[in-house]
Amino acid sequence: MAHSHDDDHNHDHDHGSELSEAALRVRALETILTQKGYINPAALDAIIETYETKIGPRNGARVVAKAWTDPAYKIRLMRDATSAIAELGYSGRQGEHMRVVENTPELHNLVVCTLCSCYPWPVLGLPPVWYKSTPYRSRAVIDPRGVLKDFGVILPETMKIRVWDSTAEMRYLVLPMRPEGTEHLSENALADLVTRDSMIGTGLPLTKGHAR
Amino acid sequence: MNGAQDLGGMMGFGPVIPEPEKPVFHAEWEKRALAITLACGALGQWPGDRGRYVRETLPPIEYLTSSYYEIWTKALLRLLLAENMISSEEWEAGKALSPAQPTKRPPLSLERVAPLLAAGTPYNRAPIAPAQFKVGDKVRTRVTNPTTHTRLPRYARGKTGVIIEVHDVFVFPDSLAHGKGEDPQWCYGVRFDGIELWGADSDPHLELVIDLFEPYLMAAS
Repeated sequence: MAHSHDDDHNHDHDHGSELSEAALRVRALETILTQKGYINPAALDAIIETYETKIGPRNGARVVAKAWTDPAYKIRLMRDATSAIAELGYSGRQGEHMRVVENTPELHNLVVCTLCSCYPWPVLGLPPVWYKSTPYRSRAVIDPRGVLKDFGVILPETMKIRVWDSTAEMRYLVLPMRPEGTEHLSENALADLVTRDSMIGTGLPLTKGHAR
Repeated sequence: MNGAQDLGGMMGFGPVIPEPEKPVFHAEWEKRALAITLACGALGQWPGDRGRYVRETLPPIEYLTSSYYEIWTKALLRLLLAENMISSEEWEAGKALSPAQPTKRPPLSLERVAPLLAAGTPYNRAPIAPAQFKVGDKVRTRVTNPTTHTRLPRYARGKTGVIIEVHDVFVFPDSLAHGKGEDPQWCYGVRFDGIELWGADSDPHLELVIDLFEPYLMAAS
């Protein structure tokens, strides 16, 4: 019985230890910083709410759908992405200096930040776990086709892949190719086809029957 | 510095695990970690580049076995201690024991959150010298191994590429991260062939564009 109890204990401990250590560290930081008046809980809640409900990949999807349907907008977007994206109301933190890169039948673009987690927040929100993880950051630059396979994406062998390592202040958004057979879709319906991953380059837009 | 953050080209970390767009956070503490990190940054005691540098100084084993929000909070604790904003006694006790230090900017209020996030922090500056390179120029990256912050990844040192974009003049992270001022520098998009970076075994249809500051580059013939 004692043996079994120890096993259970160890199992529980191992299972939860890392998570609880991280959670405890954050709680202790928040407690001390709040008591000292450095941070304000209401402001913290507003930051969280912003990135949970207001700023996410649906913003970028609207940019892409507009570029697909409005040729003049696309020209502005490719020439000065920061301003063109701001036209739709998206700007600010981690999107101060934006650049849009366009996929074509000959060229597929993929975005990574090997050194940290640089990511275009105003159009894509906070980066997914995998974008910040060691497997993606290490492999995207040397074996992008292998990374794409992890996402179920297989490109023609002769298609050029251009990987953008966002090592400085520019933040990149991929403009994927508009799926075939979507000529009659509205801008809103097109935006539903644009996935977050398709704007990083690890995915392709959905096809018409598979809208989000 | 040649820390664990400089991951490009390393092997053995396993597959990338895709995830859906939601949920944005995977635990309650991650939400608090994000918000505390941003709110502390808003106090103006350190620039973002110093924050990045402190994350890089986590011991490699710790960096590689921590989730990204853990890396953020571990680095935040180091910054707060280094700035004497909290003391090690307070961290031990888990509560405030002394009044706050003055900070460059006041604590982030609810009203300032939306404008702060919408404004961001532009890093471009007026040029103080003309750009040394233009689109089409061949350049070679310097071989350098600074113990300090740099945005020149190891896999791109001593390599030849072509300027495809002259982006702008930006504050120089290598300087700003260490309290040595903004020292603005021209920043370029430099294209490299996969074979130049990875050798003959590289995918022949792979190319990379890396954003590099002028001090990292030399003219190549």
